[in-house]
Amino acid sequence: MNNREKYNNAFIESLDVEESQLAGLKYQDVPAWDSVGHMGLVSEIEDAFDIQFETDDIVDFNSYEKGIEILKKYSVVIE
Amino acid sequence: MNKIWNLEKYKDCEALIDENGNVVTYEQLKSQGEDLIKSIGERCLVFCLCRNEIGSIVGYVSFINNGVVTALLNSHLEEKLLENLLEKYKPSFIWAPEDQMNQFEGLESVYEKYDYVLLKTNYSKEYSLYNELALLLTTSGSTGSPKFVRQSYTNILDNASSIVDYLKLDSSERPITTLPMNYTYGLSIINSHLLVGATILVTDKGLMQKEFWNFFKEAGATSFGGVPYTYEMLDKLRFYRMQLPSLRTMTQAGGKITPELHEKFAKYAEEQHKKFVVMYGQCEATARMGYLPPEKAAEKKGSMGIPIPGGKFTLIDVNGQGITTPHTTGELVYEGKNVTLGYAESGEDLIEGDERHGVLATGDMAQFDEDGYYYIVGRKKRFLKIYGNRVNLDEIDRLIKGEFEIEVASSGVDDHMYIFITDTGFADRVKDFVVSKTKLNPAAFKTIVIDEIPKNDSGKTLYKELTKYYA
Repeated sequence: MNNREKYNNAFIESLDVEESQLAGLKYQDVPAWDSVGHMGLVSEIEDAFDIQFETDDIVDFNSYEKGIEILKKYSVVIE
Repeated sequence: MNKIWNLEKYKDCEALIDENGNVVTYEQLKSQGEDLIKSIGERCLVFCLCRNEIGSIVGYVSFINNGVVTALLNSHLEEKLLENLLEKYKPSFIWAPEDQMNQFEGLESVYEKYDYVLLKTNYSKEYSLYNELALLLTTSGSTGSPKFVRQSYTNILDNASSIVDYLKLDSSERPITTLPMNYTYGLSIINSHLLVGATILVTDKGLMQKEFWNFFKEAGATSFGGVPYTYEMLDKLRFYRMQLPSLRTMTQAGGKITPELHEKFAKYAEEQHKKFVVMYGQCEATARMGYLPPEKAAEKKGSMGIPIPGGKFTLIDVNGQGITTPHTTGELVYEGKNVTLGYAESGEDLIEGDERHGVLATGDMAQFDEDGYYYIVGRKKRFLKIYGNRVNLDEIDRLIKGEFEIEVASSGVDDHMYIFITDTGFADRVKDFVVSKTKLNPAAFKTIVIDEIPKNDSGKTLYKELTKYYA
């Protein structure tokens, strides 16, 4: 799996969404992306890329695109 | 009227502040509440569709303090469930967020304030209200049951006073909302703090949102409450590293926290000179029944503590006899003025008086240690707490059977429900159905397809046999 696939997979697994919904997806756009879903999503991404988010990044992460930007800080590039 | 709170006494203090900088003083809370009541007239029933917003709290305080009976419901309650409740209880008015008005076509708005509207319903009043009845609450986590807990003015005032006493609350407190106000634990925070002239920081934002923490820091929050899952989220957020100088107290209720997290937060509190207070309660006892004094938080890990001031615990064995030996399991029975009147299943029940007479069999199985500290060890009935919400497993089974006409047995542990079915084709639909009914995050539910639901000779489901699939 490349990084994009890993990243997408984390969303699909933890938020019960389809790949086609991901572009532009924001926190609370779907019922599953609430605080509980967010915690699951953060864990999935951390496991997928073997990283640990800082607190500020966890609460800053509020959309599919924002997550990609944040991951750059952890040297994870999603192309 | 001042049924519960003396708002006059703190008139110059700030009662509510929201994240947009809106402020309501105690004087405004009083005068605007009285305005609202003028549009209602006589004592009647009002449904209050709650959010953690100023309008919602102003309405609630006004109804209670002026002798209008109110039922608190989540504003996101499924429309069908709400319709069912409306039919069963026929309230005279609905206090609802303005942006939900289109849900109530044909109803006239008679008063508007703080983005909330008072809608007059078309029901004619068909039943009487018991004169001590103050408030109706659902037993957290609603799967469509029209059952409410009936709480009296004495219940609310007694429990709020007791909380003020053991948490040593005063007007300098600034709790921030982290739980829905229609949830008994969230409401108890509002009830107790308004009693002492404190300032409630009101937000519908959650722990996983930057806006929440910005508001927390800027407004100088001194306390918050959380269910076990809240503390798991805080752990994930590496809460221990956050700089929160204003924070004094963290309370925990709504289910049993894991001993590991209990220890982590107790230690954090000790090091940072803050208080971590594990508590125990139920909607049937207004809110609180027990608390673990913060200085014992680390020492008595896993315990929910001792009875609150004015309350009493006893343990009863299977023969109905009181237990006097430590470390012996029995059903926990609570006595106190906060034990609620009883349940209601429809409007006709609202005339009923006190059915419990101050005694509540909690349905929780517990033990006490040599020092008299109580530990919850199990439950008598088949329900789970999912993110702090009570979800009845038998009710879930009934709902699924009713919808799909299939074999089903649900089981699990807190925050994780497993729904066993025998037909693969229904797996996704069953899960989606349960999620839509409970309105809880899908992460809590899993359908497992097995060959056969284990049953005994008389056809009773053997739930214990199912544990091997998830334990």
